[in-house]
Amino acid sequence: MYEGPVQDLIDELGRLPGVGPKSAQRIAFHLLAAETEDVTRLQDALQSVKEGVVFCDVCGNVSEQQRCRICLDSRREPKLVCVVEEPKDVLAIERTREFRGRYHVLGGALDPLSGVGPDQLRVRELVNRIGTDEVTEVIIATDPNTEGEATATYLVRLLQDFPGLSVTRLASGLPMGGDLEFADEMTLGRALSGRRTA
Amino acid sequence: MYVRHLQLGDFRSWEHADLTLRPGPTVLVGANGEGKTNLVEALGYVATLGSHRVSSDAPLVRHGTQRAVVRAAVVNGGRELLVELEIAPGRANRARLNRGAAARPRDVLGALRTVLFAPEDLSMVRGDPGERRRFIDDLLVARAPRFAGVRTDYERVLKQRGALLKSSGAARRSSGDLRTLEVWDGHLARHGADLLAGRLDLVADLAPHVTRAYANVAATGENSGPAGRVAEARYRGSLGESMPEGYGTAHGPRADTEVLEAALLEELARVRDQELERGVCLVGPHRDDLELVLGEAPAKGYASHGESWSLALALRLASYHLLSEDGAEPVLVLDDVFAELDRRRRARLAELVAGAEQVLVTAAVPEDVPDELSGDRFDVRDGKVWRVE
Repeated sequence: MYEGPVQDLIDELGRLPGVGPKSAQRIAFHLLAAETEDVTRLQDALQSVKEGVVFCDVCGNVSEQQRCRICLDSRREPKLVCVVEEPKDVLAIERTREFRGRYHVLGGALDPLSGVGPDQLRVRELVNRIGTDEVTEVIIATDPNTEGEATATYLVRLLQDFPGLSVTRLASGLPMGGDLEFADEMTLGRALSGRRTA
Repeated sequence: MYVRHLQLGDFRSWEHADLTLRPGPTVLVGANGEGKTNLVEALGYVATLGSHRVSSDAPLVRHGTQRAVVRAAVVNGGRELLVELEIAPGRANRARLNRGAAARPRDVLGALRTVLFAPEDLSMVRGDPGERRRFIDDLLVARAPRFAGVRTDYERVLKQRGALLKSSGAARRSSGDLRTLEVWDGHLARHGADLLAGRLDLVADLAPHVTRAYANVAATGENSGPAGRVAEARYRGSLGESMPEGYGTAHGPRADTEVLEAALLEELARVRDQELERGVCLVGPHRDDLELVLGEAPAKGYASHGESWSLALALRLASYHLLSEDGAEPVLVLDDVFAELDRRRRARLAELVAGAEQVLVTAAVPEDVPDELSGDRFDVRDGKVWRVE
């Protein structure tokens, strides 16, 4: 145990995701040795993330204003909506530069163990949006794990009765640049069952 | 297949151990607490990535150290494969094959196959259905590693659905909850059908071996009690009436996953109210059992101590025959079992396993081990193990 403020800092850092006790200690001593202005900059960034960042009224992504950049961008196709779990998933899809539609961030996945049901996710907002924005296609891009799959199934059931709306899901299969022989059975199995005509 | 070389570092009580083994029988002799079982437990870990004694990895690492290392050279059909595993509780375990690049531990599954006989086996016959489900599932994974994933997925969905049932039961079902319940039903049925189909086909293949192995172990002698009781193993599913006829029997049809999925969904719909009432998941492979029958009566509760042991041995021998049939003959490990058996069963078991490619036996006193298995001998004492010439 270190004295007072140092130990407090280590404890706080240790509560962050992905930071263990050793990393927390390392970061704390790094900050202790750093220039004052560097620490001030970090301090400001921390403060403004809590004060300055809001969630977009439309899609739920992190934003500086009431509407995020993507929702304000008139070049983006409003009829095409990609549904993701977290804001970081938006970033992942944006990096592809393939998608020209808009997003809807659910804020998680169905997870009864943690008490997360449809009411805790931004599902109602999605339904309202489809009703008013003349959306024609919803692409469901939840994580391919137990909770993400369940969320996807739930959304498909919920949205299938909307007239004129097509609901699609991301294909799942083999990673690019990989070797077939190293793929695990599950991924390969999914890739086989989801095969397409060449 | 056989294990040619086993090396341990900081595994259980062993700071360091190094054994060169040969095909055929090998007996490890040492007093209780000297660490014989730890040696064979390490082999079991290489084969299944788990221990037959504990469910977490932490106790496997020698007290006061951070990580344990197990290295096993396995010869299979003339080819030698070196498997290295590093067990580090709280962090990701690492694995290597033939000194190649680091791999995921589950990639080394299948490099070594073992069938382990242990004193705990008696609970397969006398214990709860959970013991027998674990027996089938472990064998299923040994036969087809794909099922390790199926099992994990099923357990995850089961937990999620259970949590939902509990909370919706308490909230007296709002319609939103019911809609998500249907979603979980679908996933439970899909993964459940996959697991169930695997188990049914396994039991179909295993059952004849169990009957034969029991007849061999309990082969009637002059003073062996009521002779000629036939042992049978049957899969008993929570599907009840909805289970398609002939599934899980030797001459029946192979299980069709889609048929089972539909049957599970139907059954789930039928018990829906009951499930909400009680807040637990009432249908699925987690409620099933491997029914063991001797003559007319269920083994559990009706079989004598000796008969129960014969049946437990028969289950392991049947696994051994089944795995041998599929390809490489597994390594047999007999951990302290001879001390548990009467003289006749000892002799029968020794006869039945003496011909195996490799048999590793542990015993506290060498007199417990029948002559058929007197091959190589190692003594284990004071944290050391050495070959006795």
